[in-house]
Amino acid sequence: MSYWSWETFLDAFPIIITGINVTLGLTITSFILALIVGFVWLILESTPVKAFNFIVYWIREFIRSTPPIVQIFFLYYAWPMVPYVGTSFTPFIAAMLALGIHFSTYVSEVYRSGIDSVDKGQWEAATALNFSLKDKWFDIVLPQALPPTIPMLGNYLIILFKEVPLAATIGVVGILSIARSYGADTWSYLEPLTIVAILFLVLSYPSGLLVRMLENKMNRRFDKKSTKVKVTE
Amino acid sequence: MFDTGLNILSYLSQGLGTTISIFLTATAISFVIAFVAGLSRLSGNILIRGFTAFYVEIFRGTSLIVQLFWLYYAVPMLFDINLGSNWWVGVIAVALNYGAYMSEVVRTSVVSVDKGQTEAGIALNLSRFQRMREIILPQALRLMLPEFGNYSIQILKGTALVSLIGLTDLLYYGDIYRSTNLSEGPLAYLMVLVMYFIIALPLIWLSKKGEKIAKKGVAS
Repeated sequence: MSYWSWETFLDAFPIIITGINVTLGLTITSFILALIVGFVWLILESTPVKAFNFIVYWIREFIRSTPPIVQIFFLYYAWPMVPYVGTSFTPFIAAMLALGIHFSTYVSEVYRSGIDSVDKGQWEAATALNFSLKDKWFDIVLPQALPPTIPMLGNYLIILFKEVPLAATIGVVGILSIARSYGADTWSYLEPLTIVAILFLVLSYPSGLLVRMLENKMNRRFDKKSTKVKVTE
Repeated sequence: MFDTGLNILSYLSQGLGTTISIFLTATAISFVIAFVAGLSRLSGNILIRGFTAFYVEIFRGTSLIVQLFWLYYAVPMLFDINLGSNWWVGVIAVALNYGAYMSEVVRTSVVSVDKGQTEAGIALNLSRFQRMREIILPQALRLMLPEFGNYSIQILKGTALVSLIGLTDLLYYGDIYRSTNLSEGPLAYLMVLVMYFIIALPLIWLSKKGEKIAKKGVAS
């Protein structure tokens, strides 16, 4: 039985930290993908064809409520076998696609809540002033809808960051898989896995505080607005 | 195609018991943790408050898969104890992780109950315990429902990780099937996803219902 050893800790740390680039790279690329695909869901769900919107809604619900690890396995192991469209992905690309698409389903919900929070009067005013569809969206709706969603998106970025080590299961060499292979080589898992936990904590806790700060800032702005409305009533 | 689909389904169903038993046990335990930890963070005792804050932030700040491996590989080495079965390791990892998240739901819901309610309770000479039990919690519970529904789906998704520590759940049988019938891989994983989705459907329904209950009769 081995117990905690600082020697192993100091030996493993520089090896494991080399994986941080891959872990962070995967986090950022999948998040960018999620931001883009989130918009796609929004558009697909607001076509004039009700039946189509309904089907898209359930596809999104399906992706959202099934485990991301199975989706990663699907894209990595099974996608090459899909007739006609199947190609094999590198582990990194497979994980990026799976996590990006999985989180896009949450992101589109965030976008929707942002758009819903824009007062109806704003739409009506834009129509009354004869704004074009493009101007209505880009000059009136989105500038009001997007800022309140930033803290929510920040929260999802942190959650996504914590799902990224799932990619270790298909061989993406991030901090977790380096820690595991270190453990397999030296038969000491305790220190390497603890290092991974510490790295996650060190990165996600301050980001969480930052998001909370942003949230408070947004809330204050929102509150000011609502009191203004009350005064004019 | 249809036949192979049914074939795969009956093969996968061997793992259904493990997935569901882990899901139910982990959910039950995480609810207990959520209430204990959530209320402890509101305690007047700084030691209790500090300790629970420590637990919650550690488990929220690291990821489930890391915690699972830590419990599986590192804890037996560190404390020289055996957690018994892998089944319990899986349950404890999932429950500790989501218990931490859900304790925040409990805490924020309790805090969001109007202060006047507490003041009225004090005015009526209710004890701290009575105030919490009779006045605050019944109102806070309603606010927790939609989030609890969402987290139950997250717990279900989290249980898929237990195949990584050698438990024979849905994903495990999907993997075995895929590795013996490579060309049917897409269908095998699709069926795994469908089975998870079928288990998730009542949870989706419950969280929608929870949202409605939470919205009812609340002045906005």
